[in-house]
Amino acid sequence: MDEGYLAQFLSLFEQFDVLAAFWVNIQLTAYAAVLALVLGTVLAVMRISPVPSLRWAGATYVTLLRNTPLTIIIVFCVLGLWGQLGITLSADFQTNFFRLAAIGLGVYHAAFVCEALRSGVNTVPVGQAEAARAIGLGFWPAARLVILPQAFRGAVAPLGNVLIALIKNSTVAAAGSVAEASGLMRTMIEFRPDVILAVFFVFALGFVVLVVPVGLLTTSLSRRLAVAR
Amino acid sequence: MSAHVLFDAPGPRARRRMVVVNVLAALVVVAIAAVALVVLDRKGQLDARLWTPFLEARTWTGYLLPGLLDTLRAAALAIVASGVFGLVFGLGRLASSRVVRVVAGGVVEFFRAVPVLLMMIFFYMGISQLGLLDPGDVPLVAVVLGLTLYNGSVFAELVRSGVHGLPKGQREAALVVGLTRGQSLRLVEVPQALIAMLPAIASQLVVILKDTALGAIITYPELLAAARRLGSGEGNILQALLVAAIIFIVINYALTRAADRLATRVDRRTSGTATAQAPSLAVRAGGDD
Repeated sequence: MDEGYLAQFLSLFEQFDVLAAFWVNIQLTAYAAVLALVLGTVLAVMRISPVPSLRWAGATYVTLLRNTPLTIIIVFCVLGLWGQLGITLSADFQTNFFRLAAIGLGVYHAAFVCEALRSGVNTVPVGQAEAARAIGLGFWPAARLVILPQAFRGAVAPLGNVLIALIKNSTVAAAGSVAEASGLMRTMIEFRPDVILAVFFVFALGFVVLVVPVGLLTTSLSRRLAVAR
Repeated sequence: MSAHVLFDAPGPRARRRMVVVNVLAALVVVAIAAVALVVLDRKGQLDARLWTPFLEARTWTGYLLPGLLDTLRAAALAIVASGVFGLVFGLGRLASSRVVRVVAGGVVEFFRAVPVLLMMIFFYMGISQLGLLDPGDVPLVAVVLGLTLYNGSVFAELVRSGVHGLPKGQREAALVVGLTRGQSLRLVEVPQALIAMLPAIASQLVVILKDTALGAIITYPELLAAARRLGSGEGNILQALLVAAIIFIVINYALTRAADRLATRVDRRTSGTATAQAPSLAVRAGGDD
């Protein structure tokens, strides 16, 4: 790599705002994560509830969404919800696509959040529920005061995995015309095919930098929060 | 069993209350579905002419089946390639040489952190630029390479954590009867690890199949791309996407079911418990109720 190559490569970053593109991925992840966490918690409660129809509805949602490719869901949000049904979430074109993609990411990952929380519920020994019932708590108080707090702690590691998957999957928003990192990488390579390897590594490293700390943090958190039994 | 941890066998009063809540909840679910149908109808999305194309053979032979075939082709190639990749790097992570372990670990960690789409775009553009392949083959190769590097890395982790999940006695016994460390891995530990990991491997196959749909973004003519073409031709994009999604759901659900059945059957076949999990797998699917 001679100096000219490096200088030319660096000049690329004056023309293209790589950080702004990654910022879009981070924002997508943040909005989708909140949606997925709320929806996923509701689904998890439905799936562990004593009401058969709620259990069935929750299980059906998870089975359907988990087995559908995310790309189809994102394309559906943009071409279906917006294109065919005329659901508009913002007058601004870019913002509209961004919100539709965030919803697609959120509803998809909610299924995985639900499964992560359910695996957390599995870490709670049956004796805890029996004890809760023995002191007279019904389903709701037992779930809210005894089971779910422990389940969330047990679910930190799998929830971290969902978050990591979500960060990486935010690139799929490219299928919904959102200007994010993978789209910018494509544009940059089209513009400067001679430095393709360097461009790829910059973007790949960007995701490594985003993903690795989340993994380390959730692993250490899951150890610290683990309920000693 | 988790579904029944939270509540007791209900008494008569609780049972009556549950029936009421059950009916109410069912009504809410039905109401949501009804509202969705009304909205669809008001937008004219339930018109018969948008749905009848799926009853014609032309739709299937011209669009959906070729798309499905390309999806399955990419998935099959990626499954075989990532199996090889996973075995090689999984053994690399277990090697006695520190250098090999670190290199294999670095490769695996890197490819697990990079989005599959990013790799596919890179290979798509990189290989077209090299001009070594027929341009028509480039999207398939890019899809398979992207899927292989990511899922192969996950398989490598599965091999490693599967071996770590085995009881120590397995290796000790192998060494005692005179096998070398490498022979013990190849002949005793890895085969058991793979059987113990079958459920996790099977759920990763679902991931591979789903991720082939990313190929649509780099012009690979798989099922999603075929559905989009069909939809823009007939003006029924919503319906075409729905049918494509249903095809994916049916195949993946069958795969998951087969995996669950396999899991209960192989439970008794290893000395280790099959509880070991790859650390950052995108959530191993629990059984469906």
